[in-house]
Amino acid sequence: MADLTSSRRTGILGFLTATRGRERLHWTDWVSYGYLCLGIFLMFGPVVWLVLSSFKDRNELDRFPPRFLPYAQETIEVDGFDEPLLAFRVTEGDLAGELVGQTRRAAGRAEVVVPANPDERIRLTTDQLEPVEGIAFATENYTQLFERFNFLRFFWNSTFITVMATLLMLLVNSMAAFALSKYQFRGRNAVLLLVIGTLMIPQTVVLVPLFLIVTELGMFNSLWGVIIPGAATPTGVFLLRQYMITIPDEILDAARMDKASEWKIFWRIVVPLSAPAIAVLAILAIMWRWNDFLWPLIVLTRTENFTLQLALNSFQGELQTDWPSLLAMTVLTLLPIAAVFMFLQKYIATGIASTGGK
Amino acid sequence: MLSVISSVMRIVEIPMIALQRLLGINRLAWVFLLPNLILFGLFAFLPVILNVVYSMTGSDNVLLSDRPYIGASNFGTLLDCSDFLDPNSCREDKFWRAVWNTIWFVTLQVGIMVGFSLLTAVILNRDIRARGFFRSVFFFPVLLSPVVVALIWKWILQREGVLNAFLDWTGIGGFNWLVDAHWAFAWSVFISVWAHMGFYTLILLAGLQAIPRDVYEAAIMDRAGAWRTFRRITLPLLSPTMLVVLVLALIKGVQTFDEIYAFTGGGPGTATTFIIQYIYEKGFAGAPRLFGLAAAASLLVAGVLVVLTLAQLWANRRSVDG
Repeated sequence: MADLTSSRRTGILGFLTATRGRERLHWTDWVSYGYLCLGIFLMFGPVVWLVLSSFKDRNELDRFPPRFLPYAQETIEVDGFDEPLLAFRVTEGDLAGELVGQTRRAAGRAEVVVPANPDERIRLTTDQLEPVEGIAFATENYTQLFERFNFLRFFWNSTFITVMATLLMLLVNSMAAFALSKYQFRGRNAVLLLVIGTLMIPQTVVLVPLFLIVTELGMFNSLWGVIIPGAATPTGVFLLRQYMITIPDEILDAARMDKASEWKIFWRIVVPLSAPAIAVLAILAIMWRWNDFLWPLIVLTRTENFTLQLALNSFQGELQTDWPSLLAMTVLTLLPIAAVFMFLQKYIATGIASTGGK
Repeated sequence: MLSVISSVMRIVEIPMIALQRLLGINRLAWVFLLPNLILFGLFAFLPVILNVVYSMTGSDNVLLSDRPYIGASNFGTLLDCSDFLDPNSCREDKFWRAVWNTIWFVTLQVGIMVGFSLLTAVILNRDIRARGFFRSVFFFPVLLSPVVVALIWKWILQREGVLNAFLDWTGIGGFNWLVDAHWAFAWSVFISVWAHMGFYTLILLAGLQAIPRDVYEAAIMDRAGAWRTFRRITLPLLSPTMLVVLVLALIKGVQTFDEIYAFTGGGPGTATTFIIQYIYEKGFAGAPRLFGLAAAASLLVAGVLVVLTLAQLWANRRSVDG
């Protein structure tokens, strides 16, 4: 595959100002840019909408048609009332234009007070009142995740699985890649074929026996039951082997002259020199493990073992109407991946193009 | 963290040096391979063999010793159909519904997705400013987890969601999308294309960039039009990459489960139940747990995947040589 990172990258500013030699844009250029802008809208739009929605309070979420930004009704503090009162502006009558706080409301009628004169209760009909609204971020959607649900537990489970599985996978796969790239031994080709063979056995087609093996090993309903079965991957072995082949054998021989053990050569020379390939594999592994769904769904059945993905999926069934929590949780689940994407997108692109993303 | 790792490595070195003395350098390779081979053996090859055993035994017990041998009767159950085109005529009608859903889904999803990926890659390969930015725009959804993808679109498509609001505003009027079988299926195809097309765009773009510039310069000299250049030069030179993309997309399409399960739960009815969901439900979600039937269905899927994977390896080799 061609090296993707070498493709030219210009910033937004350059995009808007430079003309790069050509005077006028051909109509096909306009069509292209039109398509790409539609792409921005279609690809980013839904995510932006999700994030904005997650900051809306329940009233705003129930509103139809929805508004773009999160609005909430403002409240005012009035002397003599412990709680802040909902703010309204009077639209007609003697008090037209006045800002009032609502104290009671029933059957089309409302009792309000003017902040300047808190003792006098005024009765109005509700159609004389218009709520005062401002942009407000309902952060309680997020804070209640920690109060009402075991959110930290799910977050910890996901993090633990992702970190442990990535470390284990890097170690095991780089050891195998080292053996397959730096040693001449009988049976090497057979092992390579074996590794290719595992490409044909995705987890999805061996669910039942895998379940038996994991149960027999005592890993049912344990995070290790998710971590260990996926630790050896043909993609990882091939990706690292391809890279390690390019490390000159002379370096290894020089180290052997200095009486370095083979393990030391692996750990102190080959692994650091393979850092770019290991970084790519690490990013892929983090992505796979964080987003993993089907296998955890089978192995982890107790709520306290749920990963974020499982928790999200089970809550969407239980809390059909609790969109505020669900939206906030969705945002927090995609946040780590979005962060990885922003900082490392160049590596991700090369990594995926070079492995075929299995 | 790093200091813990490096001290672990120092401890591991002691037995490794002993093994090196014992085995010699070249046979030490097997020691390096061992953890990987154990994992492959336990979690890939052994399961394949056990899968065959499961498919030929009955009862809802997971332990093999408690499962009576029943021969090919699980396959018999699955394949008992008077008309394979009509799931209603089959004993295990849900299996055939899932099979036909999967076939339809894969055909539509792969066709639409590869088409749009190609279009996007061709546009990104033009003299476009901010190409890196646009490339990552299309790639971004690939990183999202399936459950997140499902929830994002569920939120947009719900009865009082933003799409219905827009349709109301234009006068077309809203619709309860995921309650209607055909619409639920169409949206399943859509979100699947949305979530994965960036990945294939990336591969196709790499393929396009590998086509040498001078071929195009020659075409300009010969006054070949844009469309002719595309059909006679770009497409043939891109065809090895296209083949890789097609096979990869097919392999992944057949295994579609996560995002659709979180999106529609397979419904309404069985409208979006695909083959992996059928296996999951037979083996793990329903009672009694029909492990044998699930294993038999898995074997049939595995057969399809083996053929596709061989095709992928062959296509990969062709794209490297060509």
